[in-house]
Amino acid sequence: MIQVSGAVKAYGDVRVVDGVDLALAPGGITSIIGPNGAGKSTLLSCVARLLDLDGGTVTVDGLDVHRTASDVLARRLSMLRQDNHLTARLTVRDLVAFGRYPWSKGRPTPDDDRLVAEALAFLELEPFAGRYLDELSGGQRQRAFVAMVLCQGTDYVLLDEPLNNLDLRHAVAMMRLLRRAADELGRTVVVVLHDVNVAAAYSDHVVAMRDGVVVHQGAPSTLMRTEVLAEIYDLELAVHHLDGRPVAVPAL
Amino acid sequence: MPAPAAGASASTAPADRRPARVLAVLGLVAALCVVGFLTVDARGAWDFVLPFRGVKVVALLLVAYAIAVSTVLFQTVTENRILTPSIMGFDALYVALQTGLVFAVGSARLAAVDPHLRFAVEVLLMVGLAGLLFRWLFTGARRSLHLLLLAGIVIGVLLRSVSSFLQRLIDPNEFAVLQDALFASFNAVDTELLGLAALLVAGASVVAWRERRAYDVLLLGHPTATVLGVDHARTVTRVLVVVAVLVSVSTALVGPVTFFGLLVAHLAYQLVGSHQHRHVLPAAALLAAITLIGGQAVLEHVLGLDTALSVVVELLGGLVLLTLLLREGRR
Repeated sequence: MIQVSGAVKAYGDVRVVDGVDLALAPGGITSIIGPNGAGKSTLLSCVARLLDLDGGTVTVDGLDVHRTASDVLARRLSMLRQDNHLTARLTVRDLVAFGRYPWSKGRPTPDDDRLVAEALAFLELEPFAGRYLDELSGGQRQRAFVAMVLCQGTDYVLLDEPLNNLDLRHAVAMMRLLRRAADELGRTVVVVLHDVNVAAAYSDHVVAMRDGVVVHQGAPSTLMRTEVLAEIYDLELAVHHLDGRPVAVPAL
Repeated sequence: MPAPAAGASASTAPADRRPARVLAVLGLVAALCVVGFLTVDARGAWDFVLPFRGVKVVALLLVAYAIAVSTVLFQTVTENRILTPSIMGFDALYVALQTGLVFAVGSARLAAVDPHLRFAVEVLLMVGLAGLLFRWLFTGARRSLHLLLLAGIVIGVLLRSVSSFLQRLIDPNEFAVLQDALFASFNAVDTELLGLAALLVAGASVVAWRERRAYDVLLLGHPTATVLGVDHARTVTRVLVVVAVLVSVSTALVGPVTFFGLLVAHLAYQLVGSHQHRHVLPAAALLAAITLIGGQAVLEHVLGLDTALSVVVELLGGLVLLTLLLREGRR
């Protein structure tokens, strides 16, 4: 259970996250959507203790993320960020193996090696395992980072816009993969997304943010309504049902 | 033999064995350099030559090790491969500290103090000041490389100006004493403090070596390292302390050296073919020893030159820095 209570994060006078209360039950995929600057990524970074809060608390399974030892949390919660700056040249296998650090502290056991191999297989990265990351395409690189995050073996997996820089085919593949991570591996996936239609198609629960506050949350079907979307995006969106799935289309 | 097993060992083995092979070759070359330095062109009795040169070799080894390790660790925690402690003004800080101490206390009273105690106090002050000056730069928000580079240049120039200003103010006799401490170089190594210096280096090394696996994780960047459970602020603070101690040692023994660390660190990154600090740190230290002792042996005992090594090393290191900056700019 991820519990956010009265979370506030401010830069100067601007409150990017302005009193968010949120309870995310374990299991399934939760999408966080909203316009640019709504505070989605900031909220996610606060949950992953990458940013300090200016007010409120975040707990994961009852542990206050800003007070609990970092290495304890690293076994419960992992996060994929948008930009990943690497100082060294790493192979895909090296990168994925880092996901085991919270457990192995850099001394991998045969168990760790097996889990790395499984993560590589899960993301179909075996053909590239020995390649350096800078020799890969954007989509393969992104998959390698997701493999590391999954390899960390945490119950909670946060992903900040994992579809950035992915073409349609890879974006769909990524969402299916997250679906499998939730369904087959039993992970709790929280993902920041830009595309409402993708969020509606693949999530179990949607949280919509605007101006640093949560304006709507619930099942995708409760989100995909013209008046709800208008409140979130300040935009007229027609919702059609195609093959039984709701699709939001902006007016031209 | 089943085919898959053969394929797996073929794909992983070269990468696993390469660092060990590189380290073995470097160790051999370094040992040859030490032997060469001790024996080449030796005129006179061995029981004079060997201790005389031996002390110098030990000092150069310490310096090589201190500069190489401090540079690699510093580059790891600052998440870049361009800045080095000396570019950021660490050794300028140490020189300013020595000067300030002579200015404030006076050389007569300082001369009465045991040099070991004085060195220990200087190192302690250095650790504290470096912590104050650099910790805020490298913890917290990630800053742009160019801002850091600029900050380093400003800090370095400021500290050097303060030093030279104080040197002008003090009594000429006092300055003569100070000059004695500041004029150390590769040719005129200050060997008096060798024992204490070795002790400090050993202590710093133990601290650093125990955390080598956490340093590997820092290569993924501050946020990812935090997600993986590395306490970033604490690790950076500890590395800054280690770097301050190592820079104090090398500066006390041979004076400020600007680009040497950059040169050997990059040679190590290129040669060793592994990102792990358990490979990179020894490789950088061995390369530094080879460059320093081998170069000094050739220049001093073969070519008979006196001052050239620091010039050659600084020229090469400076070229490496320019290349790196140009490459970064083109991206």
